[in-house]
Amino acid sequence: MGETARTVRASHPFLRYAGRRVITSILLVIGVTLVTFILTNLVPGDPVAASLGQRAAEDPAIVAHFRAEYGLDKPLVVQYFTYLGNLLHGNLGISTTTHDAVAADLAQALPATLEIAIGAIVLSVVIGVVLGTVAAYRRGKVSDHVLRVVSLAGLSVPTFWLALALYYFLYFKLHIAPGSGRLSSDFNTPHTITGLYTIDALLAGQLDTFFDALSHLFLPVLVLTLYTVGLLTRFVRTAVLEILDQDYVRAARAKGLPTRTVVWSYVLRGASIPVLTVVGLAFGSLLSGTVLVESIFSWPGIGSYAYQAASHLDLPGVMGVGLLIGVMYLLVNLIVDLLYGILDPRVRLA
Amino acid sequence: MSILRITNLQIDVRTQGGPRAVVDGIDLTLERGRIHGLAGESGSGKTVTALAILGLLPESMTTSGSVVLDTNDVDTELLGAPRQVLAGIRGRRIAMVFQDPSTSLHPQLSVGRQLTDHMRHHLKLGKRDARDRARALLERVRVPDPTSALKKFPHQFSGGQRQRIAIAVALACEPDVLLADEPTTALDVTVQAGILQLLRELVDDAGLSVLLVTHDLGVMSAVADEVAVMRAGVIVESAPRQQLFTDPQHAYTRSLLAALPGSKLEESPEALVAELLNATRTEAIE
Repeated sequence: MGETARTVRASHPFLRYAGRRVITSILLVIGVTLVTFILTNLVPGDPVAASLGQRAAEDPAIVAHFRAEYGLDKPLVVQYFTYLGNLLHGNLGISTTTHDAVAADLAQALPATLEIAIGAIVLSVVIGVVLGTVAAYRRGKVSDHVLRVVSLAGLSVPTFWLALALYYFLYFKLHIAPGSGRLSSDFNTPHTITGLYTIDALLAGQLDTFFDALSHLFLPVLVLTLYTVGLLTRFVRTAVLEILDQDYVRAARAKGLPTRTVVWSYVLRGASIPVLTVVGLAFGSLLSGTVLVESIFSWPGIGSYAYQAASHLDLPGVMGVGLLIGVMYLLVNLIVDLLYGILDPRVRLA
Repeated sequence: MSILRITNLQIDVRTQGGPRAVVDGIDLTLERGRIHGLAGESGSGKTVTALAILGLLPESMTTSGSVVLDTNDVDTELLGAPRQVLAGIRGRRIAMVFQDPSTSLHPQLSVGRQLTDHMRHHLKLGKRDARDRARALLERVRVPDPTSALKKFPHQFSGGQRQRIAIAVALACEPDVLLADEPTTALDVTVQAGILQLLRELVDDAGLSVLLVTHDLGVMSAVADEVAVMRAGVIVESAPRQQLFTDPQHAYTRSLLAALPGSKLEESPEALVAELLNATRTEAIE
């Protein structure tokens, strides 16, 4: 009897774990909306002045009408719930810069940023894990020191400087890399399915468009990767060194397993949890930290949009970007949490 | 018949003041079907001796002397052996059980995976055959419900069960020699007896040769056939169990024995074994 009851209760431990994490994330999203809303209302700029022209703002009748129309005459709490209600309908307001719906603007900008951020994180993880593991295994030897200096350089070089330097040499001087933007001017945007041009071009079977989009990804991804690779290499090295000292690695070697099995199945699996944490954080900061790179390469992503909105005091735009980045962070964290559960049975079955 | 011959084994650790000997020229011969105890306080060089046999010493340590594995009349020198030679011996001919099963089993890999990966590698078994064998091994070390145990992870077992699993892992490829480094030290006294009894059975049934490294003379008196006492890198005394426990020759051995609780031991080690084994019932219930 007791045995059956226990089996039933423990039948889907991962689903229960995932359920708890999803609920936590939803609560956090509500928190993010509250913070975005309050911060924006604390900004010492008057949306009336920002939205109406100066002459209109001097006319009390127009101002009163404007306030009534946008609900600005109601108490802040009511305004917050109106804002929440609008959010639920996917309404983030109208940008005062582009005069389009902020939601539509962001929907267009997000895939552009995702494309370089995903490219950079995938490349960084592959390179960082390999280099970090090599450095740990060759601890104290020449290759370890070389890798340490290189990764430190990657971390220390300012992104904007690196972006400009690479752009100048690889595009203006050597003509290896294509110019700015997501596609060359003689290519048409592929039919939007995912919004990622490389994927959309492949889905449409347009190979030449795919390669053009891919070549445009090269420079921005390279710049973003150099920084993240430096970070990950150093982190992976530390994590792997710690795992190499574990009894279970010694036991795996005592079992006579081939080195590649020991590294992949035992060492890197052990290091996967701390490394995953850092990869999640790095991806989050890639999503929100692309402003400079996007400006330099005229990349029409979230960073460019945020820059544009902020410099024009476009409050709906700024709030929209803030909310989107907050939600993306939570989403990345949720994915990381779910991956913990997959990678570590102690989390899943606790 | 000897299976492993250690001759004049010397292990030095590199320090800033030059090399320092942690094992200083020891000789030890393991016979088939016997348990050889290597006793001594911590730091006496017991564990590094075991690690040196498998070539698992940290890079800061160097070895000299000779460790010869004698299987089917083929002698293999293990010290300084090329990596491919050692890879074929580790886990296949000589296996090892570590002190703490909560750290020597990988927490993120299922028991089935850890029981089968080296079997599949060394014995070229298919997935299904390896599973069948793993199930039989778990049964042999008396882990309850082997089929579901294979799918579970180490943290879902008690300490004693984990050490039984670790022993099953070590036995998987039917090695000739088992190096057991303090296999019961991390366990409760009642659980210890069960593990020792299991070791004894395996030696008697399978003709396994065991090097039992422990600081615990109580454990030693319960199962070892031969006992070597180590101090500061040298073997000070080596004798059959009965003789060592009843008529110790070296002053250091006498002081170790004097430190043991209960004078019962000196009269008859079997009494202690019986006492320890009595306690196994407690573990069987768990």
